[in-house]
Amino acid sequence: MNIVEKILARASNREKVSPDDVIFADIDKVMVHDVSGPGVIKVFDKLKKQGVNVDKLWDSSKVWVAEDHFVPSAEKISAENIVKLQNFTKTYGIKKHFKYGMGQYGICHTLSHEEALVLPGEVYVGGDSHTNTTGALGAFSCGLGHTDIAYVLLNGKIWFKVPETLYFKLNGKLPDHVMAKDLILKIIGDIGTDGGAYQTMQFGGSGIKEMSVESRLTLCNMTTEAGAKNGIVEPDQKIVDYLTTRGAVNITLVNGDSDAEYAKVFEYESSEMEPIVAKPFSPENTVVVRDAPNVDLDKSYIGSCTGAKYEDLEAAAKILKGRKVKIRTEVLPAAISIYKRAMENGLLKIFLDAGVMVGPPTCGACCGAHMGVLAKDEICISTTNRNFPGRMGHVDSQTYLSSPLVAAASAVTGKITDPRDLD
Amino acid sequence: MKGNVIKYEKDNIDTDVIIPGQYLKIHDYAELASHAMEGLDPSFHSKVKEGDFILAGKNFGCGSSREHAPIALSHSGIKAVLALSFARIFYRNAVDGAFLLPIEIDENAYQNISEGDEIDIDISSNQIKNITKNQSYQMKPFSEIIGKIIESGGLFKYKPD
Repeated sequence: MNIVEKILARASNREKVSPDDVIFADIDKVMVHDVSGPGVIKVFDKLKKQGVNVDKLWDSSKVWVAEDHFVPSAEKISAENIVKLQNFTKTYGIKKHFKYGMGQYGICHTLSHEEALVLPGEVYVGGDSHTNTTGALGAFSCGLGHTDIAYVLLNGKIWFKVPETLYFKLNGKLPDHVMAKDLILKIIGDIGTDGGAYQTMQFGGSGIKEMSVESRLTLCNMTTEAGAKNGIVEPDQKIVDYLTTRGAVNITLVNGDSDAEYAKVFEYESSEMEPIVAKPFSPENTVVVRDAPNVDLDKSYIGSCTGAKYEDLEAAAKILKGRKVKIRTEVLPAAISIYKRAMENGLLKIFLDAGVMVGPPTCGACCGAHMGVLAKDEICISTTNRNFPGRMGHVDSQTYLSSPLVAAASAVTGKITDPRDLD
Repeated sequence: MKGNVIKYEKDNIDTDVIIPGQYLKIHDYAELASHAMEGLDPSFHSKVKEGDFILAGKNFGCGSSREHAPIALSHSGIKAVLALSFARIFYRNAVDGAFLLPIEIDENAYQNISEGDEIDIDISSNQIKNITKNQSYQMKPFSEIIGKIIESGGLFKYKPD
């Protein structure tokens, strides 16, 4: 069995599972945030009216809550959603509630790794599509809707069809000007936004061994954009060290067997990789940066679970050090812990000296929610994950998806720019 | 199940156009319905009738896990979405929450069914009848678990064996 099959076999108390088997998997961790949480509460209200007992969760110690999409509260509806979440965690005795303005908080997927909330070999579900991110730690991590999350909260399990696995083998180390974001955009460009539909996308090879934990997180994060059920990397010592530093104990590594089967294997040579952008209006609409259209950008956005981890900010700072931005540029670290490290290590000063606005952790403009959304006809380069029509604001705005290096280089020139081409 | 078709000849109709991100804070179903399909077709809300179906290309509902998407369509009156294929979270949200039926169709049905056609979907025989054009098509049968959840009226009413 491969790693996903082994995790799902353990979680469904079976000796073996194979693709297409339908199982009920025991869940190890669950996450909701300020959009899916109120959605789940609404499902609970409906169930209560139907006579279903919703007085107790199956295990509140396995649940954690993030405030990320509409925080700091954009207006009164989002403020009320935060109050609803607070009442919910109080009622059900959920201790892990990361409240904004009270120490560590941030984007749910960023907290999943920054706070070591999910461990290798676990089955983790979240009320958000980018839950796939956390598969980089060697867990089966999968996004679900409100009804499914409500079911998990009450029953501790949920149905899955065991997915086929697509294996992406990366050979060698990426060049300095290329990031994991470029690689995942390249893959999505190759296989399409439904190229991994209902399947697992697993990443391996010497390129993955070389890669930092945060880069692996970027790869798994955007498997969602290929329609995948989950993304995963077999855990190694780097994962153990990463999680141990963040307080995790009792880490058990689950890996695939040597005769594991994959539906298809894809190979990529790192040395051949180039900086890439996805043009509007799809993550699969990719082009090498040097061949990108010569558009005048209005804004550069360095934020989100995809593109505002510490390593992403470090990459942007490397470009922005001693330079000035030519277009409106926003940096929003994805969690307070990252914000603090960026402050301690001088990154925030580099950004402010360059003329950048540094904002608080939030999903914010990535999903067109608030705080920096785009006007009609505005064009943005962004380290986020989607560029569908209206994703970041007006339906006639445009978003180019890129790595933090490219977003920072483009902030300096006002054009879509390969970091190698800066003066 | 009879209804009229609203056709979007388009692949990858994503959750951001089905219900734009700015409305995710809203959990009032009627209000969500008033913004359904706003990113693709601002006239949708005024033209949709109770019992209508949507017909679209491949990968319908790709993008986010927002259950707001099937909720907004269902509370607009949409009883089924017929598409060449579906993105996974939209598909399971539609079924597990019993909001609407996601019906997988083939290229023949996609090409031949037109905007406004009256069709009759029979999930027991996997047949779609086009009453307007006097044609019939096969739909892809539901997998066993999906069929059982639909029959039960959603995941919470489904009793695993």
